[in-house]
Amino acid sequence: MEASSLTQQFFQQLINGISLGSIYALIALGYTMVYGIIRLINFAHGDIYMLGAYAGYFATTFFKMSFFPALIFSMVVASTVGMLIERLAYRPLRGAPKIAILITAIGVSLLLEYGGMILVTPQPRTFPELFSTATYNFMGLVVNSQQIVILVVSLALMFILTYVVNHTKVGKAMRAVSFDTDAARLMGINVDRIISFTFAIGSSLAAAAGILVGIYYNSIDPLMGIMPGLKAFVAAVLGGIGVIPGAMVGGVLLGVIEALVSGFLSSTFRDAAAFIILIVILLFRPAGLFGKNIREKV
Amino acid sequence: MALLKINKLTKEFGGLKAVANFNIEINDGELIGLIGPNGAGKTTAFNLMTGVYEPTSGEMLFDGKSLVGLKPYEVTQRGIARTFQNIRLFSDLSVLDNVKIAYHFHVKYGLWESVLRVGRYYSEEDMIEQKAMECLKMFKLDDRRDEIAKNLPYGEQRRLEIARALAAQPKLLLLDEPAAGMNPQETHELMEMIRWIRDELKLTILLIEHDMSLVMGVCERIYVLDYGSIIADGTPAEIRNNPCVIEAYLGEEVC
Amino acid sequence: MKRDLMGIVGAVALYALLMGLIESEVIGAFWQLNIVLICINIILAVSLNLITGFTGQFSIGHAGFMAVGAYLSAVFTVKLGLPYIVGILAGAAGAAILGFAIGLPTLRLKGDYLAIATLGLGEIIRITILNIPYVGGASGLMGIPRYTTFTWAFFLMVITVLFIKNFINSSHGRACISIRENEIAAEAMGVDTTKYKVIAFTIGATFAGVAGGLFSHYFYIAHPASFTFMKSFDILTMVVLGGMGSITGSITTAILLTYISAELASYPEWRMVIYALLLIVLMIYRPQGLFGNKELSLKLFSRILGGGQRGAAENK
Repeated sequence: MEASSLTQQFFQQLINGISLGSIYALIALGYTMVYGIIRLINFAHGDIYMLGAYAGYFATTFFKMSFFPALIFSMVVASTVGMLIERLAYRPLRGAPKIAILITAIGVSLLLEYGGMILVTPQPRTFPELFSTATYNFMGLVVNSQQIVILVVSLALMFILTYVVNHTKVGKAMRAVSFDTDAARLMGINVDRIISFTFAIGSSLAAAAGILVGIYYNSIDPLMGIMPGLKAFVAAVLGGIGVIPGAMVGGVLLGVIEALVSGFLSSTFRDAAAFIILIVILLFRPAGLFGKNIREKV
Repeated sequence: MALLKINKLTKEFGGLKAVANFNIEINDGELIGLIGPNGAGKTTAFNLMTGVYEPTSGEMLFDGKSLVGLKPYEVTQRGIARTFQNIRLFSDLSVLDNVKIAYHFHVKYGLWESVLRVGRYYSEEDMIEQKAMECLKMFKLDDRRDEIAKNLPYGEQRRLEIARALAAQPKLLLLDEPAAGMNPQETHELMEMIRWIRDELKLTILLIEHDMSLVMGVCERIYVLDYGSIIADGTPAEIRNNPCVIEAYLGEEVC
Repeated sequence: MKRDLMGIVGAVALYALLMGLIESEVIGAFWQLNIVLICINIILAVSLNLITGFTGQFSIGHAGFMAVGAYLSAVFTVKLGLPYIVGILAGAAGAAILGFAIGLPTLRLKGDYLAIATLGLGEIIRITILNIPYVGGASGLMGIPRYTTFTWAFFLMVITVLFIKNFINSSHGRACISIRENEIAAEAMGVDTTKYKVIAFTIGATFAGVAGGLFSHYFYIAHPASFTFMKSFDILTMVVLGGMGSITGSITTAILLTYISAELASYPEWRMVIYALLLIVLMIYRPQGLFGNKELSLKLFSRILGGGQRGAAENK
């Protein structure tokens, strides 16, 4: 009995972890693509996710949109903002010292967080219920409709992304720029446009994650992006930063680990788990699970 | 006794032998050249000697003691200093500071003496400054002491790198393509300078070079490296007429 | 030596002036608080500058060491009833030991990877503290006496600046700077790079611990929320805005940013928005920071006044 209830709890946490993890994965994709292409840790990415959640909130409350139009709407809003940020804040700094760009990213992040507070007030808002909550039981495990929506939407988006990156012209250009920016430019690729496009895609995925979280937790606030943003970054590092499948696996893995830690140990250590994973990965396999190690030539 | 004796040195990178069965012997005071076609493993050999890479097998004796397993800074402290193929100066620092850093491991004052400004701090700092200036003077860089290193013209940057290596007071100086990017006039001056350094400072020098006129003109003995192994050694005249060397460079099958 | 003495005389004069203004109540309680904050921020910024600006090792975990100092010093004064100075020293020592223990394995990493590793470690420190009921857990350690006075803050700040300035202007400091400039060349020049990175990191952590002790004994409380990675960002911002490798730059921005924060204290959200815009605009137009790696000095002033030609050439 004892053992079977443990296994049951394990599988329950696994389910929770996978749905949380697919959200991390969606955000992590943006981090990893941007890093892959311009070697920038875009600290503002978590706030794009917040922005997406708010766009979804206004779309459903003011414009009375249903789920799918709201999802598209917020993805479009977020990708526009993402491209704008790249254009205004990061592009002027191409070639500047790395730390300067990093500080700029921190500045953009603060601007979105506190600018957001001024615009929409710091109070958390209740995200409207877009689906009637249904819970399904099988073999003693509980799955609710939100979790299914999260999983289906994230899988669909990741599928589309994989297709775009691997089988379209713009995807090929993205891979080229990420492999060698200068060579790509010499081959006639408009590098600036590809970078813009990368920001747009990454931001739209984050926005989707924002809406899904809104549906899942019912509550959004202007600072909601900080922790998931960091965690998603850890997920990207875990999978190997710059590697797209790595971000997906890393995200899900991190979600599962977190769920297991909070289920079996204590929820206060949940946040620590992510950072401990980060340190262990960085010390023993800095290129992540799917990355390759490179060393400086002397 | 040989100052540097390298025996059966081998380095593999994932199955590829970059350096294989590399043997050389250098006596005190010699000026030796190491030549070979592109990709022959010359720089890898330097990196092995200076501890940047760890050899897969083989032994390296310097002054009778093994160099294998030492970190680059330990190798330098033993008395081997080097320059780099692609110049590696402390580019945002002044010319004087570039040279001063090389005296670092000769400094005896400790952390607390530097923070509290007591004890040997002042006397040793004065001494370092004086020595660094002497070193710059030798290389005619003393009037550039406050210039930022990256603003120097190319030839002077190369000179500064050699000056900095010498400031570490080595017994053996390794020069990795010192004439790279220089015009014939500059190369000629460099040749004179290398000879002068050896005579004046009683150093042993090993240099990698592509410029045959420089190597043939200045070195007393030459080792030829091809596909990671030494294929010939001897005086410049011997090397010039060695069929194996000609084959390595021209690809003809004579050897 | 003469320059040091002049510096100390100048610092004492400044102290006397500020103290006079505080005693005569020209400077009220609000600005007095901000002056203490400025001193603490200078300690934090200058100590991080040693790690990030001079040695070139990005760290976004400085708040973690500050937290250790804040809590440990308070444990010594509040729980063990020991004198303040013992608390400060214990906080510094604790931060130093942790800095050493963390630095040794972590400093193998480079650039971005080191930055995020330190960010993660800073958060781990904070979450660990959060889970220790002995020091108050999530609600923080309360009831800390206000031992920090303007005098304490000011002179600990002066000691920090002098310590780090003298360290930098020594052969040991040059070894650190050479790592920033070119790590491979530094090794080739006989610099034990690991050792000097760890030394710089440990010294930086030590003074962050001192700043933490001053902080918790001024605000009556040590709370985990004060030491998030946002605080680390704050400190890093001061360093980068002032100029990496410029002590006077860090001091100037620590004063400036604390002052701006204070002026905008009644509009907390606008404060952060303006702060953010300032960061972005400054980085776009002056990515090397206000002073670059130059130090502000009387010599520089006379050079600027005496004809900007040379100065302009150097800025390029």
